[in-house]
Amino acid sequence: MADGPIVIVGASLAGLSAARTIRRADDNVPIVLIGDEPHYPYDRPPLSKGFLAGTTPEEKLRLRAAADPDELGVEWRLGTAAVGLDVAQRTITVKASIAGGSASTDGSASTDGSASFGDSASTKKSASTGNAEAIEFAGLIIATGARPRQLPGSNLQGVHVLRSLDDARALKTALDDGPSRIVVIGAGFIGAEVAATAREAGHDVTIVEAAGAPLARVLDTDAGMAIADLHREHGVDVRLGVGVSALQSDTVLDDPAVSAVALDDGSLIECDIVVVGIGVIPNTDWLEGSGLTIDNGIVCDDTCVAIGSDPEHPVVAAGDVARWDHHRYGQVRVEQWDNGVEQGAYAGTRVLAALNGEPSPDPYGPVPWFWSDQYDRKIQLAGMPGPTTELIHGDIAERKFVQLYLDSDGEAVGVLAWNRPRHAIQARQFLADGATADEIRTALA
Amino acid sequence: MKVIVDFDLCESNAICMAAAPEVFEVRDDDFLYVLNENPGAELHDKVREAVERCPKQAITLED
Ligand SMILES: Cc1cc2nc3c(=O)[nH]c(=O)nc-3n(C[C@H](O)[C@H](O)[C@H](O)COP(=O)(O)OP(=O)(O)OC[C@H]3O[C@@H](n4cnc5c(N)ncnc54)[C@H](O)[C@@H]3O)c2cc1C
Ligand code: SF4
Repeated sequence: MADGPIVIVGASLAGLSAARTIRRADDNVPIVLIGDEPHYPYDRPPLSKGFLAGTTPEEKLRLRAAADPDELGVEWRLGTAAVGLDVAQRTITVKASIAGGSASTDGSASTDGSASFGDSASTKKSASTGNAEAIEFAGLIIATGARPRQLPGSNLQGVHVLRSLDDARALKTALDDGPSRIVVIGAGFIGAEVAATAREAGHDVTIVEAAGAPLARVLDTDAGMAIADLHREHGVDVRLGVGVSALQSDTVLDDPAVSAVALDDGSLIECDIVVVGIGVIPNTDWLEGSGLTIDNGIVCDDTCVAIGSDPEHPVVAAGDVARWDHHRYGQVRVEQWDNGVEQGAYAGTRVLAALNGEPSPDPYGPVPWFWSDQYDRKIQLAGMPGPTTELIHGDIAERKFVQLYLDSDGEAVGVLAWNRPRHAIQARQFLADGATADEIRTALA
Repeated sequence: MKVIVDFDLCESNAICMAAAPEVFEVRDDDFLYVLNENPGAELHDKVREAVERCPKQAITLED
């Protein structure tokens, strides 16, 4: 085993899964887990669902594997951001991302108290407190995830995005403040979930989506319109095929708050709160100049090793930030919970194999699996969406159905299930086994 | 090992069934059934995998 620790950047779902996998396989190798948030790893999906609704309390968000942070046997460096990577020197540069972060010169091991939930005073980010510090690594795993794309005007009071616990706290505080008029920009999964949660809490909700139907990246028009109908039945105003031209504010104040959303059809929606859910950008800025190939994520080979890294001391990427070569789907980046866990674990195994001079594990080529909850509906996707869809079970109008996605050759690439969870998981197994479209049609009919 | 599922959290997505079909089954009624609350040692790794993969963190184990 080479000298130096395995360093993991990004202390969230994928990074934690990597740490746990390495520790389980090897009691001794030192692991350093670096995260720029002050919090121990927590679960993001409830942020748009139970946490926002008030049914999942903050103390329930911590990820299981970090329930007892000491037990994991890693050096926690929370409140610490990686700001640079030198592949040849095998070092990363880190800086405190919050006051009191662990990279500050006093060398304190971790942000202890501030890492627990419920302490908001310590979560204020102050750009670059403390000095830069170099950390040498034997192997590196990058799991820095992604951040929300913003709209011009997003610095106005009342404009929110939703990715982190701090984002969710801010949005929840605003929602808990009493009934308000909310505009959700973007009918992707997060926008649709926030709209559902806010509507159920009694707010006035409008969704604005530039595409002709919600979730157009994943659903065909029929299923997308079923989502639109679902929201409309619950009293959400769903505006499709119309873009946002500006966020307007009350100009009288020094600290202006959003007052309306102007649409490009000339209409104006007055509001108190705006939630922007227009997709994410992988967190790769800190890798600029590192020699790694960055193109909508960290570009990796089929074993998740970053192109441009040293094979004996590999840099491996996992989770939302990784774009790798999937034997079935080509270059993909998957922004899904289950993949975060699985790819994180794979990355841990991949790095250990390289450091121990063992052969690489089989290429990473899972069948992805995703869920979304809106009102009482559960939507699940196994595999990937394809250009053609076919209804193979149930009825779209009843919102209990299964659709098969086919690629241009008519091969099965994915299965979408609404309120049919068992079908989704069976379909995933079929896809993993390379079943034909006909086999899947028969089995799930 | 004793397997406990918090049915208030569980949403029957059957991820656990994929990991340990001997222990977890989601039936046609879309409810999860625990087939074996005290799985033998040969199943422990599979059950731990199910615990980690459950997206609702609904499964706990007692010694
Ligand atoms: C509100 C919400 C709801 C979701 N719901 C679902 C769902 O229902 N189903 C589903 O399948 N998926 C869902 N997801 C997606 C899922 O949560 C993500 O796929 C998952 O979090 C990805 O994990 P990750 O570890 O790759 O990245 P992240 O969880 O984004 O973690 C990356 C971490 O790295 C940190 N970081 C970034 N840059 C640096 C740096 N330079 N130095 C140090 N640390 C850094 C970040 O602050 C963050 O803590 C949801 C996501 C959100 C935000
Ligand atoms: S994986 Fe978790 S949520 Fe899904 S069926 Fe099993 S226990 Fe329930």
